[in-house]
Amino acid sequence: MATTFDAHAEAHGHAADEHKLSFVQRWLFSTNHKDIGTLYLIFAIVAGIIGGALSGFMRWELAQPGMQVLPWFTEGNVDQAYHLWNVFITAHGLIMVFFMVMPALIGGFANWFVPIMIGAPDMAFPRMNNISFWLTVAGFVLLCISLFVPGPPGGIGAGTGWTVYPPLSTSGHPGPAVDLAIFSLHLAGAASILGAINFITTIFNMRAPGMTLHRMPLFAWSVLVTAFLLLLSLPVLAGAITMLLTDRNFGTTFFDPAGGGDPILYQHLFWFFGHPEVYIMILPAFGIISQIVATFSRKPVFGYLAMAYAMVAIGFVGFIVWAHHMFTVGLSVNTKMYFTAATMIIAVPTGIKIFSWIATMWGGSLRFPTPMLWALGFIFMFTVGGVTGVLLANGGLDTYMHDTYYVVAHFHYVLSLGATFGIFAGFYYWFGKMTGREYNEFLGKLHFWLFFLGTNIIFFPMHFLGQQGMPRRYPDYPDAMAGWNEVASWGYLVMLAGMAVFFVNVIWSLAAGRRAASNPWGEGATTLEWTLSSPPPFHQFETLPDLTRVKAY
Amino acid sequence: MSAAAANRRTALLAASVAAGMVGLAYASVPLYRLFCQVTGFGGTPMVAADAAATPEPVAGTSIRVRFDGNVRRGMPWDFRPAERFVDLPLGERRMAFYHARNTSDAPVTGVATFNVTPEAAGRYFVKIQCFCFNEQTLQPGEAVEMPVIYYVDPAIRDDPDASRIKEITLSYSFFPVEAPTEPAGIRATGMAAIAAGRR
Repeated sequence: MATTFDAHAEAHGHAADEHKLSFVQRWLFSTNHKDIGTLYLIFAIVAGIIGGALSGFMRWELAQPGMQVLPWFTEGNVDQAYHLWNVFITAHGLIMVFFMVMPALIGGFANWFVPIMIGAPDMAFPRMNNISFWLTVAGFVLLCISLFVPGPPGGIGAGTGWTVYPPLSTSGHPGPAVDLAIFSLHLAGAASILGAINFITTIFNMRAPGMTLHRMPLFAWSVLVTAFLLLLSLPVLAGAITMLLTDRNFGTTFFDPAGGGDPILYQHLFWFFGHPEVYIMILPAFGIISQIVATFSRKPVFGYLAMAYAMVAIGFVGFIVWAHHMFTVGLSVNTKMYFTAATMIIAVPTGIKIFSWIATMWGGSLRFPTPMLWALGFIFMFTVGGVTGVLLANGGLDTYMHDTYYVVAHFHYVLSLGATFGIFAGFYYWFGKMTGREYNEFLGKLHFWLFFLGTNIIFFPMHFLGQQGMPRRYPDYPDAMAGWNEVASWGYLVMLAGMAVFFVNVIWSLAAGRRAASNPWGEGATTLEWTLSSPPPFHQFETLPDLTRVKAY
Repeated sequence: MSAAAANRRTALLAASVAAGMVGLAYASVPLYRLFCQVTGFGGTPMVAADAAATPEPVAGTSIRVRFDGNVRRGMPWDFRPAERFVDLPLGERRMAFYHARNTSDAPVTGVATFNVTPEAAGRYFVKIQCFCFNEQTLQPGEAVEMPVIYYVDPAIRDDPDASRIKEITLSYSFFPVEAPTEPAGIRATGMAAIAAGRR
């Protein structure tokens, strides 16, 4: 989208507003979408450090067969160490999904840039935005507390896996740890539902004149689709975990056969939420990648409408494929056939997106600064994860692969190497815009290459381990699997070095980075945020930009 | 409509969608049960709506029905089938018995859940009478025979998913009921209740 309008003149006069606010007013009672976005990003980084540290202990434990590391935490008690492993994988999953990826992509980048991209002065409900953030923080605190209270008989913490399946989560965990984890999900879910309502209202009602839906940048489209997925799927999770809570504490039997319930029903409800959830995590990354690839190809994105409606299609089909997570619960052949076929259909709109990104680059005037490297890394890694996903979509194959490391490899390729690459791509792309300082290009590229190599060394061998039959959720394994496990654990160290470079880069850039220009990326960066100063004024677009004469895609 | 009113309207619409989805999550509980009962999904056996409408036995056919019975851990009942299996022609009505004995010194009420495997056979395994339709109370030390009358629908041979099934396992699990809903006097363990045509 080529915008010729200039917002500088009207914007600078208000930069002084922020100085009138005290620290508490500005950051605790924040109603400014950019400040809340910043808070979300800081929160996601903190949660990411904790979730990443947990995975570090997991890789350390798995580096060799036997139990070496976790017994340190349990005074040498190996049974407690086995349970601690379950607690770690549960916390790692929940933290990374609900408190790292979602806050970064939706709370962070979408809060920051959706209002600006559609030419709105702020979100529709700024106070609700603040509530969303603090509910998320409260949820995270509850989850952290649950790590330290009794869970199963004689054990500390919830070791249920992020799926919280009964009966392990009901009769298997009488202690309050699972209740706290459930409350944590309630709060995070409520925060996300409020956020989704806010985004839907903002995008439908507050677009600048001339900013029709079909002229919206693809990142705004991706957030709109994501908001609908949140709105339709999270209440189902909330219902399911509330049933779990009443089963645990008030004698209901939704999932207890003793009273006519069925634990499989929980799995259906959970995955009716859980499958759209994976698109909730990846669609905003799709949007970011579309902006970045177009910017550094200096071309409008190829097939704009197809790109937008491919996301709508992915969102829709994402709701009718949930049972492919449950191929081994005893579905009939016909049911498996349907869910296999429906799952494979998703490869079509996803393929449209991958090929359109490639077509955007085709014949473009390409540059490869750090954000573009992350974007290309994203496209490559997500494709690898997508291919293994097509394999796992087959009910017959999945009977063999279910709950092996092949599945772990698959979902880390699409999330840890997909969504996370999207987050870093967006972080570098918008770092100058958000902070007013340019990041260090050398450190950014070093971070990319270390992280790219490290994560691939971690996760690629997991395909082999899974094919060998190594099951998920076990802290120990036969000696025959020692080789690739050791390789994967070395990969973690490479990735960790990359993260160290990232933090050095952030600190150095904030302290001594060059002042960022309004639009450091040149003519390819056509969305509205690049018409504002870096960082943007505290209140932008007090006079709405008029885009009615601007050429559409 | 002012901008604020428009925003409120959109937000209310979105919020009611979210509330509706919570409602659907709860509605899924009875819907799921209904779905299983109607389709035999997950090995849920059928219940004959009209006890008289039994199909004619198909001569020359045979299918084996195995019986399995267990109680929830800690329930003081001894519960097992009278015979391990029976071979019968498709469509023929049969009665099977389970032995149940209360091994404790207090009355215990239980209710049985049931299903058949392979699950595809659920649609064709039809119960006419079953002790599992009611709660059962056993006095201390009391032993009873619990009957089930059933047949296997000959239509099983026309279903591509189920036609090759040679053996169906009927399984019951008894769970203790803490607050019995029916007075013990009208319990349906005995033959009298069945003879009276009561479910």
